[in-house]
Amino acid sequence: MDTLLVGLAGVVALSTPVVLATLGEILTERAGVINLALNGTILLSAMTGFAVAVNSGSLLWGFLAGGTVGMTVALLVTFTSLTLGQSQVAVGFVLTLLTRDLSYFLGNPYMGKQGPRLPHWPLPVLQDIPILGPLLFRHDLMVYLSYVVILGMWFWFFYTRPGLILRGLGERPAAAYVRGARVRELRYLYAALGGFLAGLAGPAYSLSVKAGWKGTISGLDGIGWIALALTIFGGWHPLRGALGAYLFGLLQWLSLVLQPQLKDIPSQVLQVAPFPTMILLLLFVNIGNTEWMQRTLAGLPPEVRRLVERALRALQVSPPAALGKVFREE
Amino acid sequence: MRVELRNIHKHFGPVHANAGITLTFEEGKIHGLLGENGAGKSTLMKILSGFYRPDDGEIYLDGQRVSFHHPADALRQGVGMLHQDPLDFPVMTVLENFMAGSPGGMVPDKRKARKSLKTLGEQFGFHLDPDATVASLTVGERQQLEILRLLWLGARVLIFDEPTTGISAQQKERLFQALRQLASEGRTIIFVTHKLYEVQELCDTAAVLRLGKLMGRRTAPYDLDDLVKLMFGRVLKMERKPAVPLGEPIFRVEDLAVESARVRIRNVYLEVRAGEVIGLAGMEGSGQRYLLRACAGLLRPTSGRVWFRGREMTGRSYLDFYQAGATYLPATRLEEGLLPGLRVADHLVLTRGSRGFFVNERHARDLAQEAIRTFNIRGRPDSMVEALSGGNQQRLLLSLLRPNLSLLFLEHPTRGLDMESTLWVWEQLLERCRQGTAIFFMSSDLDELLNYSDRILVFFAGQVSAPIPAEELDTESLGRLIGGYGFVPVEEAQTMSVGEAAHAR
Ligand SMILES: Nc1ncnc2c1ncn2[C@@H]1O[C@H](COP(=O)(O)OP(=O)(O)OP(=O)(O)O)[C@@H](O)[C@H]1O
Ligand SMILES: [Mg+2]
Repeated sequence: MDTLLVGLAGVVALSTPVVLATLGEILTERAGVINLALNGTILLSAMTGFAVAVNSGSLLWGFLAGGTVGMTVALLVTFTSLTLGQSQVAVGFVLTLLTRDLSYFLGNPYMGKQGPRLPHWPLPVLQDIPILGPLLFRHDLMVYLSYVVILGMWFWFFYTRPGLILRGLGERPAAAYVRGARVRELRYLYAALGGFLAGLAGPAYSLSVKAGWKGTISGLDGIGWIALALTIFGGWHPLRGALGAYLFGLLQWLSLVLQPQLKDIPSQVLQVAPFPTMILLLLFVNIGNTEWMQRTLAGLPPEVRRLVERALRALQVSPPAALGKVFREE
Repeated sequence: MRVELRNIHKHFGPVHANAGITLTFEEGKIHGLLGENGAGKSTLMKILSGFYRPDDGEIYLDGQRVSFHHPADALRQGVGMLHQDPLDFPVMTVLENFMAGSPGGMVPDKRKARKSLKTLGEQFGFHLDPDATVASLTVGERQQLEILRLLWLGARVLIFDEPTTGISAQQKERLFQALRQLASEGRTIIFVTHKLYEVQELCDTAAVLRLGKLMGRRTAPYDLDDLVKLMFGRVLKMERKPAVPLGEPIFRVEDLAVESARVRIRNVYLEVRAGEVIGLAGMEGSGQRYLLRACAGLLRPTSGRVWFRGREMTGRSYLDFYQAGATYLPATRLEEGLLPGLRVADHLVLTRGSRGFFVNERHARDLAQEAIRTFNIRGRPDSMVEALSGGNQQRLLLSLLRPNLSLLFLEHPTRGLDMESTLWVWEQLLERCRQGTAIFFMSSDLDELLNYSDRILVFFAGQVSAPIPAEELDTESLGRLIGGYGFVPVEEAQTMSVGEAAHAR
């Protein structure tokens, strides 16, 4: 039992950077901007955060540097699209490649160096709650910060006035505009904030769960793409996005744990298993959209149909309608 | 509040959308703003509501000079606008839409907003479920929500940009009542339209725009011919479809059924002859689109059989229908009909150009020039299609049709078009009928249905009637059927459908 709990607590810790990156992207995309540079961003901010922390001896500066890298990349994407009118997708792709290579190149001097690491800081009182305590409250500050971000973002989206406008921003900027929003400024602002969060994911690895910088073998390459997929899987909803990130962490952990038991299955299969599993989940989420499903539903008795329809609708996700589209105020 | 516009100018690139317009709107009255497609009505109203900034000119409210930098500025000063397509958030709930953009603290007071929505709604007979998503509302209900929202935020000047497009007759009645009530409370109402009978029914004054200029101002009662002349420079009349000799039967459905969660269309027997026009009448969302799409192979019918030009086409896809000589023109021109982001010339190359691998730019331009000339499109070969006005998009779509069509499916062929464009579109369509094209069209315009159809199918609450010859109907009786009075779905009138089948044979 205890080993299981410890393992699961490890999943929570290991998923934290993915949670941060996913939520950052959710925030950005809700405002209508796609930041496809996430993958490179995480690598570059991991390297930068580590380098700064090593040189300054300050963890705080390390995290701030990582966040700033994320914010800068996000602002570049936003600037080239909102102000220069270029494609967000194209710029994001180029930047993701650029930042990745940059991190490997600039990170060379820091390869394998010893650096500071965020200390464990079990929360008094909370850590003694049975099960939940060891699972959630015996971690470091970044993990707690991620909880705050998850709940805060959820509250911001669905319970506040600016949150209403934010959701509208990615949906119909013109409608947000007539409701008083300064569309372009707000998009810059949210893209910057989202970028900052995604940028924190880097040092959350290099100064915490996977401390240090090991270049191409850091194992961070690909995380950004996962976070982008989780943004969709989570339906641009902070709680579902975070859930998706934890689920992905769990799948990864399972494939590690189960490896000794399932000797017949090549280890490579288990390593990549979380990916197709995520795809299957995505399919399941969108099953309500298919014509086949609609037709099957039409044959059910009305009460059952209503129930199933409601369940499917709750699962279903659709992207912010104006995602990636530029809106010009006259 | 008295509104004064002085010498308003607005350019969009080479287009002079507003060329020095001076107009006054007194309070407590309903003011009509008339004009053909592209006359500059929406532009002028967007300037008044702070959505656009004028290139030149001044706005005065109660004699006070104002300048708006943002729609929110205008609303703060009391000017609110309902846009041509409702500017709301379909994925959010009614209540969230109502609250979004309202002033106040960080966390909105949902309870208070809910109460305001209810009490305000009761004043006008608008009953909206605060927790329904806006996507599930009809266009009319979305409008009602917008009206309540603007009133809640204190609008004293209300601009309605073509509010009657796509709403039911009852909703229109309720809207007009609300407008009269608002005017009697001392608000200034501006009503943008190109439908003359609405101006006649509702407006105290009417201003007519044409090509960005004010052509004249009239007060009720109006001389309609005079207004038409101001709008178009000449007198226009809608006439009945001339008798076209009908040809061979070319399309037949037997025992067709289309069913979904909301729609239960059954027992449709229909035989259509070359040159015949079948109108599909009904309130928005009553199932017309389902039947139309099922007939064209865009939607798989639940059961039944379909023949087209002597071949059984049951279960075939639209592509098969298309290759056999049918074409479908959807109502959402930009979403399904045209390709936003491509130029007029590109569209012509795609549909008419040579089959070669490379695009011959010169040829493309020539094709486009010719289409622009023959179809009277206001635009240039390298205009992006999304920059064309609705009427011109429809003209372009018609210009893209192949010459020898057997069957044409149309959703709302003249929605949003002014009278001149409407007449022009039908002239083109009837010319096709003369050449043997059969037409299926759905519309919410009773006059259009009655004037141009040979037979009409009425839809109500997801069910369909037997075909009714158009000359047996008039506006009143058709209006009643659409509203469900005296409506008999075909499945409850078995004898009629058998009779119809016999008649068709
Ligand atoms: N955002 C824009 N960019 C470029 N051109 C525009 C824009 N908005 C309007 N126009 C052009 O300005 C002219 C006036 O358009 P406007 O929308 O004001 O006409 P309207 O009278 O409202 O017509 P309709 O009855 O079709 O709604 C048209 O030629 C139109 O193509
Ligand atoms: Mg308009």
